[in-house]
Amino acid sequence: MILVIAEQKDGKLNRASWEAIAAAQQLSGGAMPIKVAVAGQGVSGAAGELAQAAVAEVITVDHAALAHYTPDAFVQVFQQVIAQASPALVFLPHTYQTRDFSPTLATRLDRAIVTDVIAVKGSGSDATFARPMFQGKLTADVKLQGPAPHIATIQIGAFRADQAAKGSAPAPITAAAVTIDESKLRQRAEAPFQEAKQAVDLSQAERIVSVGRGIKSLENIAVAEQLAKAFGAELAASRPICDNGWLPMERQIGSSGQTVAPKLYVALGISGAIQHLVGMKGSRTIVAINKDAEAPIFEVADYGIQGDLFELAPAIIAELQK
Amino acid sequence: MKIAVCIKQVPTREWQPRLNDAKTWVRDQDVSYEMNEPDAYALEESLRLREKHGGEVVVCSAGPSRVQQVIREALARGADRALHVEDDSLAAADAVTAAAALAAAMAEQKFDLILTGLQSDDQGHAQFGPVLAEKLSIPHSTIIMEVNADPAANSLRVKRELEGGWFQYVTMPLPALLTIQSGINQLRYATLKGIMAAKKKEIAKVAAPAGLASRQSIVQMYAPQKVKQTVMIGGSPAEAAKELVKRLREEARVL
Repeated sequence: MILVIAEQKDGKLNRASWEAIAAAQQLSGGAMPIKVAVAGQGVSGAAGELAQAAVAEVITVDHAALAHYTPDAFVQVFQQVIAQASPALVFLPHTYQTRDFSPTLATRLDRAIVTDVIAVKGSGSDATFARPMFQGKLTADVKLQGPAPHIATIQIGAFRADQAAKGSAPAPITAAAVTIDESKLRQRAEAPFQEAKQAVDLSQAERIVSVGRGIKSLENIAVAEQLAKAFGAELAASRPICDNGWLPMERQIGSSGQTVAPKLYVALGISGAIQHLVGMKGSRTIVAINKDAEAPIFEVADYGIQGDLFELAPAIIAELQK
Repeated sequence: MKIAVCIKQVPTREWQPRLNDAKTWVRDQDVSYEMNEPDAYALEESLRLREKHGGEVVVCSAGPSRVQQVIREALARGADRALHVEDDSLAAADAVTAAAALAAAMAEQKFDLILTGLQSDDQGHAQFGPVLAEKLSIPHSTIIMEVNADPAANSLRVKRELEGGWFQYVTMPLPALLTIQSGINQLRYATLKGIMAAKKKEIAKVAAPAGLASRQSIVQMYAPQKVKQTVMIGGSPAEAAKELVKRLREEARVL
């Protein structure tokens, strides 16, 4: 049996949960039953949505101590859910939340874990998991050893949520018999908040010019600005540029910033680390300009130019102005 | 406060990996190494906490002798001393193995706070911090953008980054472990004085515990499969620009 641990926030299901279900269904090929578990406070809506999937059962854990996520509470909960369901494999979406608790869960259970999985090969419990290494420059096929269950987190966007098979009738929803020892919860989490109202909604932009480490200095940001202007595009950036304070955080594209899918995305001096790719690979047309021909950004690009951006940007501006 | 910062030595960003003959790992020859960038932010944060609360910063790293390069660099930036769990077999250790290698030696030191980067730029498991915390039976929090420690009250309040521009404050007792997000602070670099001082600082070498065994093995490694047919445009900058703009107008129709 494959157990998928779905994720919800304030009763709203994280779409990446469907991607993890799609991964489990692919590996199962119909041969292994799949169950989905969801934990939180007020999860009945999310559970109802999950019950539409072609799965054997939806397991819920609804508890006031889960109102705000903490790793200690989630590890306690899923340790018990796993003990009761005894799955061969446990799949989770690779979100900031599962990154926080799944390594702890694996350590407490003393079981193998593989994170950031982009493809699942083989069938059943003899699975091979593909994951990126060295900033996406290489992919590794990994096998896990030791007793079941093996735990895998599935990278966002690696499987398509809309390919998760739906069932002909809703799956049964069962509340798991789980106790939470609140005296053992060491973290106290406060309510999530947004730092400032996002002044720029890049998700609505038709064209985006995005700049990365290749721009080298704050002074050179002007080069990217001019290119964005010539394209009639919004200016955005990969994380390191915002970390350096060269552009405001609200212009950041990627897992910690905004997710965009414009008609045109121009990646200027961006190598294409996975944290960036998840935020932009849905763009319709992607142009990559990078001095490094091996940069992972070229894997998702429709058009690529290997070269010096400081020569190419002015040439493209001149061409657009003709 | 007695603060530990766990750092990893990783290949530089410019490095072009080549596979070994068995295609199960990279060729280690001609690799140049540097400090894992998120760990550099963790180091800077530990130095700032020491400036505020006093105490010491101890650099901890697991790996073969070559990792002394980044240990020395951390000492030059201001860390007080180092703990090196040295073993050639740790050269390609995964996160769980590295945490197991460091856990026993670090437990003896009874640190108040342990910081490390949120993930490594080479293997990128993003597991080391939470696994080490669990092995040391201390609470943790990950992807931290602000650290407020209150050693007198034995407590810690941190700002955790969530996805899509959301944040959350989390409180927990000390001792604890945090994984630090890049960009939490502005990095300082080693001064000449710091480099000279580092030469006199202690690096305690500890043998790796016996019986370290990884629970995962790499069957094969390969260049990532392209998801798109990329049209590579060559020529001089002017020629490439002309061709690109033409294709964006006529083929992709996005201009």
